[in-house]
Amino acid sequence: MEEQLAVQISDLTVAYQEKAVLWDVDLDVPQGILMAIVGPNGAGKTTLLKATLGLLPTAAGQVAIFGKPYVEQRRLVGYVPQRGSVDWDFPTSVLDVVMMGNYGKLGWVRRPGPTERKAAEAALEKVGMSDYAQRQISQLSGGQQQRTFLARALVQDAQIYFMDEPFQGVDATTERAIVELLKELRAAGKTVLAVHHDLQTVPEYFDWVTLLNVRRIASGPVAEVFTEDNLRATYGGRVSFLSAARKEAA
Amino acid sequence: MNWWDLLTSLVTDHTVRTVALGTATLGAVSGVLGAFAVLRRQSLLGDALSHAALPGVALAYMLTGAKTPLVLMLGAGLTGFLAIGLFFIITRNTRIKEDASLGIVLSSFFGVGLLLLTFLQRNPDARQAGLNTFLFGQAAALLTRDVVTMAVFGGLALLVVALLWKEFKLLSFDKDFGSSLGLPTRGLDLLLTSLLVVAIVLGLQAVGVVLMSAMIVAPGAAARQWTDDLARMALLSAFFGALAGVSGALISSLGSGLSTGPVIVLCASAIVLFSLLLAPNRGLAWNAWRNWRNRNRLRTEAVLLDLYRMSAQHSDPTEPHPVSALAAVTGAAALRRSLQTLQTRGLVRPGQNNWWALTTQGLAEAQRMEAALAHKEAQ
Amino acid sequence: MSSAQIEIQLIGLVVAAACALPGVFLVLRGMAMMSDAISHTVLLGIVLGFMALGNLESPWLIIAAAGMGLITVSLTELLNRTKLVKQDAAIGLVFPALFSLAVILISRFARGVHLDTDAVLLGELAFAPFNRVDLLGLSVPHSLALMAVVLLINIAFIALFYKELKLATFDAGLAMALGFSPALIHYGLMALVSVTAVGAFDAVGSILVVAFMVVPGAGAYLLTDKLERMLLYAVLIGAAGTIGGYWAARWLDANIAGSMATMIGLLFVLCLLLAPQRGLVAIAARRRRQRWQFAQTMLTIHLLHHEGTPEARVENRLDHLHDHLRWEAQFAQQVVQRAREGGLIRLANDHLELTAQGRQIAEQNLRA
Repeated sequence: MEEQLAVQISDLTVAYQEKAVLWDVDLDVPQGILMAIVGPNGAGKTTLLKATLGLLPTAAGQVAIFGKPYVEQRRLVGYVPQRGSVDWDFPTSVLDVVMMGNYGKLGWVRRPGPTERKAAEAALEKVGMSDYAQRQISQLSGGQQQRTFLARALVQDAQIYFMDEPFQGVDATTERAIVELLKELRAAGKTVLAVHHDLQTVPEYFDWVTLLNVRRIASGPVAEVFTEDNLRATYGGRVSFLSAARKEAA
Repeated sequence: MNWWDLLTSLVTDHTVRTVALGTATLGAVSGVLGAFAVLRRQSLLGDALSHAALPGVALAYMLTGAKTPLVLMLGAGLTGFLAIGLFFIITRNTRIKEDASLGIVLSSFFGVGLLLLTFLQRNPDARQAGLNTFLFGQAAALLTRDVVTMAVFGGLALLVVALLWKEFKLLSFDKDFGSSLGLPTRGLDLLLTSLLVVAIVLGLQAVGVVLMSAMIVAPGAAARQWTDDLARMALLSAFFGALAGVSGALISSLGSGLSTGPVIVLCASAIVLFSLLLAPNRGLAWNAWRNWRNRNRLRTEAVLLDLYRMSAQHSDPTEPHPVSALAAVTGAAALRRSLQTLQTRGLVRPGQNNWWALTTQGLAEAQRMEAALAHKEAQ
Repeated sequence: MSSAQIEIQLIGLVVAAACALPGVFLVLRGMAMMSDAISHTVLLGIVLGFMALGNLESPWLIIAAAGMGLITVSLTELLNRTKLVKQDAAIGLVFPALFSLAVILISRFARGVHLDTDAVLLGELAFAPFNRVDLLGLSVPHSLALMAVVLLINIAFIALFYKELKLATFDAGLAMALGFSPALIHYGLMALVSVTAVGAFDAVGSILVVAFMVVPGAGAYLLTDKLERMLLYAVLIGAAGTIGGYWAARWLDANIAGSMATMIGLLFVLCLLLAPQRGLVAIAARRRRQRWQFAQTMLTIHLLHHEGTPEARVENRLDHLHDHLRWEAQFAQQVVQRAREGGLIRLANDHLELTAQGRQIAEQNLRA
């Protein structure tokens, strides 16, 4: 038997009020790869992530995480939402946010204790944020906010990580740190799916890519799939910019 | 009655004690739930819900003929839920925005409430039932039995918040992440909003439907200024709510026939104003002082650097220079202050005719600053 | 009908029209709750004006009250700009404080005068015909004259600045680029709301002003996309609610303003349910219709995707749709049947195939 797929999405259709955002998307994600999900604005990248995580109702299709429905496999999944999706003026500290990664394991009513605290501190160490543990989250830079979210996902100690634009608006140092982190995760046999905007860095940061524009255009190893034809099919007419990006990346 | 009598009567006088206990309870409960409402941007939902309680109170009385607070509160809670339902139906299915939906719910329900109220008022029993006190609140009318009811329901609400603390925190901060962990966020959302309805209903008798929303918003908004920790914010909010409740009730009992609601709300507003101005770190006064200090520091540094650049053209950098030219940029008084600051730090020394010179220490400091600036620009 | 009855209804109509007009813009600009704040705080302006002038008839009172409305708006914005509290909380902090102050001042210093807290909430429409002024030799109720002036001001402002209001409401950026100051339009509108609230306050009480301003505009918003029509429909909804409310109040022997607000609320609920296209009934019907259409499109796309692929044998079998698309077996069967009847697919040995028409539909939808 071949190795089990980390994520298998089949025939996924998602619609807002009978307007399709994703049409019949199939996606097989093998274990231990870093996959970028790219496509133009409104292509349904975030929707794909959210529908996979059961955050949005689906019109048709199914999602399997290591062969079983998501609800049964929550513990194997870590999630990094878009940085802009929360109110950073919320009265809480960095450590506290990272501890939230433990809430799934803790279950109802139980409070996080020393074990959870240690896990959170270790995760902060990993993303280079140890000095900021007690900081109020509104005092963080964009990059530091992103690292905080990554640390929270690390605490989940998952097998598969879903990241929504982890590189959005971060400084160069943070970008390098995140790339390192992704590589570490892959080395540990974890799987990462990340919504990504910067086409130029796709070949450098990721080894698999999915091109999405309402439907799946192509999906596979970067070397095979990240071609000019596929990009043209994904992005439509704006090819000149694309081929330039492609050449630079090559 | 003077202030001292009032305070002693807190201990000795049964009625005063009852009123104080009641308003403290309502303040604490609405403070805690209000802290969440403020963070979840539901301040105005609180306003709509409190107005929507009026038809509930009137209906409950019409149907049962009883004026026991428990029955009236149940009625208020019921129409509160109807109001939430209508609000969600409008915002989820139509293009009418949240603010207009709130306006619709608030004014329509209140209109129905007034209609029922005046309809009831023809009935002399109803006038006796004192339904009017539900408009602006009459804490003096609180009986021991009412306070017990408030304490039981309020205590239950707070218990639920304590038990589901981390779930509510996650819900308020990052709903989607919570859902991805498997939390039933929709249910939790409804539960927390329902607890808000409970808090509002508890306050109706003492504060009234018209102003109860302020008891939801004010303590939370004030508490937020003092702390960056949710638990401390909730506790502080409870304390502020109780403080406003008790002091408002006591003050209104001094004046003749003042409704308690407006007095309590003014007390809460005073706490907010105080917090906005004086809270450390976030407060406006604190900020202004910090800005002033920063500006001063920057100006002083600029003066030192200017002096350094002037002197760099000479063989001996510690020669005195005329600095009057600098005054055109910063103003003469500010320049004098900056130079005095630098002098006390031993970085400059005065020469003749208001000429100034760097000390060797000042020279070293200026060179260090220039290097730091160059480094920053390189980055 | 006695002349008092006619006059009361007339006042109600003028109030409804005067409120509905600026209300439309409040609804469109997402500032409906500002009318709640303003309608409360104008009371403080009236009280302070009364304390300074000693009478309730002076026109200065209206100016003081409208000024207080604008002060409320700027205080809220000021508080919002400190970033210490969020916008909704800023509104929720400012107006209860000012309103409380007003209520306390009334009960301490203005007792026994025409101002009392009941009047503040309920309005005194029933007594409006008793308070009369002479206008051009004609004796008319004071509130009727006042509200007629307010209505004229509103009509004049909206007619004069119609283009600017429209632009600032739908495209603030463009308005700015064309040199209209959105801030000026904003404050102009807020001044209008304040003046209207002061005038209407007398008749219907402070809280129900919101019902007259926001609810008709919101109802009209469900009925039409055109601004002109929206203004017209809002006035009509307000007027219908006023007349209906008046007779309901007579029948129930209850407060007239409360009854009018209730009636306007009911009319809104009617719009919410029955509005063509945007009403709940229309939405439900459309969803039902679209659900089948959507499912058929989904089916054609599914078939297209797996056409000619090795797994097509499995994926495109009738009895496998349930598995793959997660459709209920019965639902899947109905979709297939409808698609066959519509000529989108054909069935060959339990195996679904696209017709040319079906293929066209799938490709069309994928391209869109």
